[in-house]
Amino acid sequence: MNFRLRIWRQPNAKSPGKLVDYEVRDISPNTSFLEMLDILNENLLRGGEEPIAFDSDCREGICGTCSLTINGEAHGPDHPGAVCELYMRKFRDDATITVEPFRVGAFPVVKDLVIDRSALDRIVQAGGFISARAGSAPEANSIPVPKHDADLAMEAAACIGCGACAAACPNGSAMLFTSAKVSHLALLPQGHPERESRVLKMVQVMDAEGFGNCTNTYECEAVCPAEISASFIAKLNREYARAQFRQRIGE
Amino acid sequence: MFVSDFDIRNSKLLPSVGDIENPEYRISTHMIGTLDPKIPPGPLAQKWRSHRDHLRLVSPNNRRKAEIIVVGSGLAGGSAAATLGELGYRVKCFCFQDSPRRAHSIAAQGGINAAKNYQNDGDSVYRLFYDTIKGGDFRSREANVYRLAEIANNIIDQCVAQGVPFAREYSGYLANRSFGGAQVSRTFYARGQTGQQLLLGCYQALCRQIAAGTVRMFPQTEMLDLVITDGQAKGIITRSLLSGKIDRHAADAVVLATGGYGNVYYLSTNARGSNVTAPYRAYKRGALFANPSFTQIHPTCIPVSGEHQSKLTLMSESLRNDGRVWVPTRKEDREKAPGEIPEADRDYYLERKYPAYGNLSPRDISSRAAKEVCDEGRGVGPGGRGVYLDFADAIKRLGEGTIRERYGNLFEVYEKITGEDAYKVPMRIYPAVHYTMGGLWVDYDLMSNVPGLFVIGEANFSDHGANRLGASALMQGLADGYFILPNTLPNYLVGQMGKRPSPDSSEFREGEEAVRGRIEKLLSASGTRSLDSFHRELGLLLWDKCGMSRSEKGLREALRKIPELREQFWRDVRVPGDDEDFNQSLERAGRVADFLEFAELMCMDALDRDESAGAHFREEHQTPDGEALRDDENHAAVFAWEFQGDDKPPKLHREPLHFETVHLAQRSYK
Amino acid sequence: MIVAVTGIILIVFVIGHLLGNLQIFVGPDWINGYSQHLRDLGPLLWAIRLFLLATVLVHICVTIQLAMENRSARPEPYMDKRYVKATFASRHMVMSGLIVFAFIAYHLAHFTFRKTDPRFALLKPDPFGHYDVYSMMVYGFQNYFVSGFYVLGLFLLALHLSHGSSSFLQSLGFNDKKLNPRLALGGRIFAWLIFAGYTSIPVAILLGLIKPAQQL
Repeated sequence: MNFRLRIWRQPNAKSPGKLVDYEVRDISPNTSFLEMLDILNENLLRGGEEPIAFDSDCREGICGTCSLTINGEAHGPDHPGAVCELYMRKFRDDATITVEPFRVGAFPVVKDLVIDRSALDRIVQAGGFISARAGSAPEANSIPVPKHDADLAMEAAACIGCGACAAACPNGSAMLFTSAKVSHLALLPQGHPERESRVLKMVQVMDAEGFGNCTNTYECEAVCPAEISASFIAKLNREYARAQFRQRIGE
Repeated sequence: MFVSDFDIRNSKLLPSVGDIENPEYRISTHMIGTLDPKIPPGPLAQKWRSHRDHLRLVSPNNRRKAEIIVVGSGLAGGSAAATLGELGYRVKCFCFQDSPRRAHSIAAQGGINAAKNYQNDGDSVYRLFYDTIKGGDFRSREANVYRLAEIANNIIDQCVAQGVPFAREYSGYLANRSFGGAQVSRTFYARGQTGQQLLLGCYQALCRQIAAGTVRMFPQTEMLDLVITDGQAKGIITRSLLSGKIDRHAADAVVLATGGYGNVYYLSTNARGSNVTAPYRAYKRGALFANPSFTQIHPTCIPVSGEHQSKLTLMSESLRNDGRVWVPTRKEDREKAPGEIPEADRDYYLERKYPAYGNLSPRDISSRAAKEVCDEGRGVGPGGRGVYLDFADAIKRLGEGTIRERYGNLFEVYEKITGEDAYKVPMRIYPAVHYTMGGLWVDYDLMSNVPGLFVIGEANFSDHGANRLGASALMQGLADGYFILPNTLPNYLVGQMGKRPSPDSSEFREGEEAVRGRIEKLLSASGTRSLDSFHRELGLLLWDKCGMSRSEKGLREALRKIPELREQFWRDVRVPGDDEDFNQSLERAGRVADFLEFAELMCMDALDRDESAGAHFREEHQTPDGEALRDDENHAAVFAWEFQGDDKPPKLHREPLHFETVHLAQRSYK
Repeated sequence: MIVAVTGIILIVFVIGHLLGNLQIFVGPDWINGYSQHLRDLGPLLWAIRLFLLATVLVHICVTIQLAMENRSARPEPYMDKRYVKATFASRHMVMSGLIVFAFIAYHLAHFTFRKTDPRFALLKPDPFGHYDVYSMMVYGFQNYFVSGFYVLGLFLLALHLSHGSSSFLQSLGFNDKKLNPRLALGGRIFAWLIFAGYTSIPVAILLGLIKPAQQL
């Protein structure tokens, strides 16, 4: 298969970027999108050009490193799945494909298609944990957790932290990411002691990082490679309201 | 070449490698001292407890003064950094990923073992210990493995407390499943994403410490050298992948948790970034590299489909609980659609050869069996390199819904990659490089022969012997990080308070210069070939000669070709860009260059280990029915290699393995 | 949250207003009685009007502030952007909302303050001094342009509500995975019922199904 590619090139965060046209030929349909970019990079190298910088690591859809917007869709057209799970058989032969980074102000471009997502780490650092000291844990089966709650917590916990939710959101909001962590921990009895402070702090940092607001367009859940449901955002809203209420009312 | 002749009956540690003629080495007390595994005395079950009672402690006010470097933020590094931070030490944690949450531990699918015996099926700490040591084909230390089995239960408790959403029964209690190499059901799991959930638990604990200020995180920072002053590991040299800035970090102790080196084969189930650089640099500074040739080939991966493939994807071993592995009995049937091959013409070779364990036979055995049937020409799929993993019977027995619930996400992954629906046609699988049991040599306290250098997780060699059982990598990483290192590291620190050198000392400056020199050398190589082309060539060579089966002839051939390839690399590689910028080619170039050296060490180790053991299968040593044939008399030992200089062969040290509790038997899964 | 709560108030008003207006189909007495009833509330009516006005203003100000934050959350826009699930309505709430606001202003000038149509002054109250709302509506809507603008305004209102009337539940946290698709569908049906209800009045008038109660 042959493709025409329009790829975002930007030397660093400070310089402006632009789309540059490339072509790749004789690509097998079983090549993954990132492998196609590998091939393009090898060609560029042979031609004495600088290869395109893009991020990837596990290449099996779990580490959340890869972060491309392909033809205007975060992670490309094959939802649910990360870019590394996208195969060229999903495109028409001779198609023109536009490749851009995830664009959110809170994810500044490092180079070409590589972005800095440390804002997501800072949201978790604000309170996305259960303070369980190593060595202090009780016997694992001493607190039964209803299967339904455990399963739901797992659904939320499946988030791979790629940031596609914010990238796809018309408002650049990271609510799906934040709600997944808040919901995961709020659904488990182990997470209850820090339930209120967690949601308040995480939302505060999320806003401070400059992410947009949720207007319930549900674009996030449509592109989420881990299929996190936007209903967790409702859960986040509920948790937030509950926490504010309890904080104002006192104990 | 190297002579492998030593006296196993003598419990002292003896070097070999060419030095065997030199009688001085035989009695060198220095050598014995440095390779002492320091196994505590006492009965096996009491060792860890009594050892802990006697380890020295650092008081809370002194902990604030101690600085510890942790390289790597996966299960081992992340849990160690978080726990040490929690104890009050000042920790610097480094990872090459853009966030500690992306370490490759995240990709582990199946589960984590613990001898909780929640199933009442007769499990116990001893059985977990025995299964693990037997699974490792008796090439690991009894005391280490026993401790691991003991701690496994604490890990489950700790992870549940952290909010890891393990699978549960309707009762609300934790669920288990069975895994290869065990006859009990002791594996805890979170869908097919156990590694992810455990890593996130550990990442969250790490985040808590980062917020508390006890841990400073350095993402996108790669360790390029170890600094040793006065014979003690006291710091590292790093390069920021974002800015290219080289930094010196001094500390009171250095912990390496940098994972495995499976990517030396180019194609593996490892992440693209996984590499050997940190431990290999430590090796070049004097740390011993143990059992480098012990690499695990995982039996259930999606077969290679094309030349430009960049990685192999694992299908969790848990699939073997319900899937049946088969190939056509007759070669002629291999082109036929699987549905057209009647039951009578199928060879369920694992069930046939290993009736007791069947499809749940250990990884090395299953992988080799797959290679064997493919070598016989009965393999399926492109190139005849694949076997079927069939769920038809399980779907008939349990219904598609149950199978979907158990393995739904794995089936989806399979469909994404191959375009096939495994509910309808059997999956095709083939072995792939997955885990490296070898790693830097450590003693019982997880400290290498270089004092102050601790090595944990996959990066050390310690607990899995010649083959790792499923669901025990996660167990080892977390045992090391949460429970062992936080107890043993202070014991070292006690005598070291106030001895932290300045990062301006000559050793640090020398380290930095060495790093800069290497980078310049890489950038000045003005050839034409891409990095990947060298890496691919090296990978193919190793897979062929030092992969699932090895022979003296093949290994010697590899040992001849690797230096040639390395020479070509330095002559003909092209690394674009400069070092003061985000330069992905340069990052990878350094890693490939290290693989090109390290591969040689692997082949030497494989050649010197003149026996078959676990994943290390030497064609010269097999039973009449093709099973690995150990040589316990001569090779029940850890092989630890010492770097002697770029132009000299490394020196081999052996640490004999003593088995006081288990009886060395030929592994039988029949 | 504020947007959701003010939104609910406005939705309740929209429903109430529609029910009131639909009385036109029953006859002049009903709707005129209803309007007189409202007027008899006196100061309370003004209180309600002011409350609604304040609600609208809060609803608008807060959303505009949020929209500005949202805009600055993505300083560099995509060169190419495709939406998978986000509906047109959900992505253009500010635009549809502002046009609806302009429409409301015209609507108030038209029927409440009666400043746009000089003929309304000619309408005679009944013997009790009650204003003939019925005839005013009929005359008002006999103009094609006026009716056209109303239909357009109502269309945008419906578009706004098709997202807003289910979205507020999500914002308030009353939603889950199973409920969500049903709520979204329910919201859309509700919005277009509102549209159908309101537009039925000018359409009926233009088709001549409703005639004025008094000639000018």
